[in-house]
Amino acid sequence: MTRTANYADVIAGGIGVRAEGIAKSFGDTHALKGVDLEVPVGTVLGLLGHNGAGKTTMLRILTTLTKPSAGKAWVAGHDVLAAPAKVRERIGVAGQAATVDGLLGVRMNLEMVGRLYHFSAAEARKRADELLEKVALADVATKRTDTLSGGMRRRLDLAAALVAQPPVLFLDEPTTGLDPHARNELWTVLREHVRDGATLVLTTQYLEEADRLADQVVVLDHGSVVARGTPTELKRELGGDRLVISFSDSAHVERAQPVMAPFAEGPMGVFAPEKRLEVPIKQGTRLVEVVRALDAAGIEARDIAHRHASLDDVFLSLTAAAKKEAA
Amino acid sequence: MSASHLISDSLVLARRQLEHVRQLPEKLLDVTLQPIMFTVLFAFVFGKVIAVDGGNYREYLLGGILVQTIGFGIMGPAVSIANDLRDGVVDRMRTLPMNRAAYLIGHVIAELGATSIAITIISLSGLVIGWGIYSDVPHAIAGYGIVLLFAFAMIWCGTLLGLLVRTPDAAQGIVFMTVFPLTFLATTFVPISGYEGVLHTVAAYNPISALAAAVRTLFGNPTATPLDAPWPLLHPVTVSLLWSIGIILFAVPTTIRLFRARTEN
Repeated sequence: MTRTANYADVIAGGIGVRAEGIAKSFGDTHALKGVDLEVPVGTVLGLLGHNGAGKTTMLRILTTLTKPSAGKAWVAGHDVLAAPAKVRERIGVAGQAATVDGLLGVRMNLEMVGRLYHFSAAEARKRADELLEKVALADVATKRTDTLSGGMRRRLDLAAALVAQPPVLFLDEPTTGLDPHARNELWTVLREHVRDGATLVLTTQYLEEADRLADQVVVLDHGSVVARGTPTELKRELGGDRLVISFSDSAHVERAQPVMAPFAEGPMGVFAPEKRLEVPIKQGTRLVEVVRALDAAGIEARDIAHRHASLDDVFLSLTAAAKKEAA
Repeated sequence: MSASHLISDSLVLARRQLEHVRQLPEKLLDVTLQPIMFTVLFAFVFGKVIAVDGGNYREYLLGGILVQTIGFGIMGPAVSIANDLRDGVVDRMRTLPMNRAAYLIGHVIAELGATSIAITIISLSGLVIGWGIYSDVPHAIAGYGIVLLFAFAMIWCGTLLGLLVRTPDAAQGIVFMTVFPLTFLATTFVPISGYEGVLHTVAAYNPISALAAAVRTLFGNPTATPLDAPWPLLHPVTVSLLWSIGIILFAVPTTIRLFRARTEN
């Protein structure tokens, strides 16, 4: 049997994943509170959020592992509640753990997945070899999987998710714990797959990952969407460079705030017990001006570090914005 | 999803489990080396002390060892199910378009395969120390049949246990704490005449005793059952079948229901 790589043809309406008002409660815990998503075919959605924000639950619902308490979702043109078996034929999934079996050989893992997609033994073997080539694991095809490095293992996870050339791919934190080099390699494989027309939904805690891969980012916090847009839009609105100033005296944390106010763009992160202040700075701020201003006010900074916006910063901005609206 | 997928999917998953055994043969230690150790220890330590009416102790011993091993066979499935649930393997399988029942069925097939290996090894080690089958071929087949039926029942119990516990270690502890006394307070190693009072009653009505006696009867080994022994020991084949079937009728639907409940939300 031949499998088409022209995914767009097979998904009616050009929408790979659509969710409407998805909610999920476990007893009194509301993991998701009405989430809408729409991912056009051939694009990447990055689901961002901290642990417990609802990312994994959302993915479990879209991959038919968990039933939502409310709402509807369609994946690759099929209703996840009404036709989960159809959905499973069209998706590839790589989770945070145990996508592949450590005790099986590298190729054997892919062959097993192929067999479970009901390929013949020969087809499964052929597809396994193709994928090993694609993710640069052909040399270790006969090794036991638990002997692979973390990066190699993640590439194998990904290969396992790609076995049936699924038009829609779900990846749960695909690069968590990988070094930058391994992360880059994985991103390259993913980009290729999307270029071929697949739809990709990935969760991540790294703003950078979303930035590099996603066409659209949805930020979840406590089960609700707190922001959505392209990475560029989000960064323009929410992130920026930050200064992390450490003091030797916690009293200086208080005193430094009015001094830093002219440089700040948005709310500062105040960490008095840690004697630390985090300031989102305006573009073009010169470090030397900051040092001079602090010195003029008689505030002794032990260390000033410059860093790029992290997800924490985004959340700080988002939650501060939400509070302001409520007030 | 067709029935043919159920069979082929189950076989694919059974192969995965058997590959685990091939990669980690020590997984089978508790059902291979351990019974061999018991056989040798008991044959040489108690062989002269324990009198078996109508035969020698080594012929008596093997039926007990076989049944005890099958009892400990709860451990393997319990640990592997608990491992798979902990590692998210079951979830991963559930996102594939495979038959939903295939995971459990493949698992049971693999465990039956592993048990068959264990039974073969124990039988061979029995032959070495002087045990043998003295009945005819149909009875011998029936003897192994009754062992496998009991193994089937125990595998489902093990699967059920694996679904109930939180960690693989807990499964191991629970099996040790229950199966050990259960298989010792029986006619596994000591004939019923060696028990008195409450222990006599416990040993007589212990299903392990009935199973050991059934295996001995069908293999033509001495059972050392006096004519005035309690009813289960005088009808060991019937009683064994009833126990195994009863356990299966309870464990299979309960396991399937629990598996669904644990994996579908």
